[in-house]
Amino acid sequence: MPRSLADAMAIIPIERTAKQLVLTTQDYAVFSWSALMNLFRPPVYWPEFLVQCDVIGVGSVSIVLLTGFFTGCVLSLQSATTLAAFGATSITGRFVSLTMIRELGAVLTGVMVSGRNASSIASELGSMVVTEQIDAMRALGVDPVRKLATPRIYACISMLFFLTIVADAFGILGGAFVTVFLNHQNGTQYFSMVWEGLHYPDIIQGLVKPLFFGYIIASIGCFYGLRTTGGTEGVGRSTIKAVVTSSVLIIAADFMLSQLLLFLFR
Amino acid sequence: MNEPSNFAPQESAPTPDASPVVAMRDVWIGFDGPNVLEKVSFSVAPTETRVLLGPTGVGKSVLLKLVNGLLHPDRGSIELFGEEIAHMPEEELFPLRARTGMVFQESALFDSLTVRDNVAFQLIQERVPDEEIDRRVREALRFVGLEETFAFYPASLSGGMKRRVAIARALIHKPELLLYDSPTGGLDPVTSTNIIELILKERDVHGTPSLLVTHRLQDAFTMCTHHFDAEQGRMVPLPKGHTDPNTTFLMLEDGNLIFDGSLHDLLHTKNEYVREFLE
Repeated sequence: MPRSLADAMAIIPIERTAKQLVLTTQDYAVFSWSALMNLFRPPVYWPEFLVQCDVIGVGSVSIVLLTGFFTGCVLSLQSATTLAAFGATSITGRFVSLTMIRELGAVLTGVMVSGRNASSIASELGSMVVTEQIDAMRALGVDPVRKLATPRIYACISMLFFLTIVADAFGILGGAFVTVFLNHQNGTQYFSMVWEGLHYPDIIQGLVKPLFFGYIIASIGCFYGLRTTGGTEGVGRSTIKAVVTSSVLIIAADFMLSQLLLFLFR
Repeated sequence: MNEPSNFAPQESAPTPDASPVVAMRDVWIGFDGPNVLEKVSFSVAPTETRVLLGPTGVGKSVLLKLVNGLLHPDRGSIELFGEEIAHMPEEELFPLRARTGMVFQESALFDSLTVRDNVAFQLIQERVPDEEIDRRVREALRFVGLEETFAFYPASLSGGMKRRVAIARALIHKPELLLYDSPTGGLDPVTSTNIIELILKERDVHGTPSLLVTHRLQDAFTMCTHHFDAEQGRMVPLPKGHTDPNTTFLMLEDGNLIFDGSLHDLLHTKNEYVREFLE
């Protein structure tokens, strides 16, 4: 085979993948923007919004609560060991609260909610696509993006905000549990260090991030769900794509948001 | 395409100068491969029922979705209620789609909603009062003989019952055009006959124009050779030698429309493919 032809054949899959990536990104941008803007044009499906708040928010409380609690426990265990070398175990509370509130509370809640809800949204909408329920909805004169995606996106944004607060609170409680019962330190000192160590910029940083993460989780779930092709196997593929993409995007967005927020609050 | 000069004239065709409900002209569509439909042209007149025949996989469902704007053609023109929809934006299509009723191949009922909410889906979106919704849903369910399923979920219904609920959902808004995508596909002969009887009932009681996709010849012929007798409350055969003049046929072969005409034309066509399909 001539070398130039072999080179060209090697480039074709790369070119196709690159084009596909650009097209998918473009489709996602158009889809997620229109889903977001639907809130400002009637009809707005408020009952669906409340149902999704219950499904996404209330349904995720237990996993978020447990994740937050045990993360706080681990942070307390690990930090106490390290801080003991410097005789600074008294600031364990400060370490745990800052780490939970600025970073881990939002990110872990985002990843956990993504695992639970991006997958369920993608599989639910994907199943509706393959059984022609989405086409039926369009045929009945209703916009599926407005009816299904917009309520899920806003419900996820608002619920992730509150779930992050739950994760932060239980993380601090987990840290207190380890500090008091395993490390045998003073609980009052732990909580006073938590209180002293926290400032408004820390709290703002921790509560701005879930707004973006909620948007990522629901918009990615809806996007891949509504693009499902290929029957039940396609539903599985969409679910995997939704969880993987939203989890990776959450971590990437966390890095960029941290940079921006640290710059703003320096 | 069928050449009319080769066939005997129709007994009585729909008024030719009445503007068609659907007019498709030179429509092409493909999906990452060979074209699914090529150069398809036909129309549906008011009060006309067109039966679209063809084996599975020739593009019948695609054609039906094009009529409703659920798919957009690569080329050609599609008029629905006199408006060009080939490249109409989705938002402008919703009001037009609300004027049509569509029955999907697998019913496409919403799993999470009861039969009442499925049938009333359009009315609920329009914020019609609950009392009126209940009354109209019961009326639609009575029309398809399933009033007792009012509070059931689709999962507890049989395949035939789901199709009938889907028909009730398509009819509740009193559509100006009905699209049936293989409404009897996968059903046993008795249930299929019940579904065809419902379609005939809608055609003969309300006179709604429709496009019926099917690969079952017996359904197509029943549509043409029977009518619904409102007094007896069932479908009865037309007198021997008579056919319904408003029911005509289309046939697809590999994305091409190879036949467009009456039952008489269909039975006397010289097209080899059509003859083979009929035999």
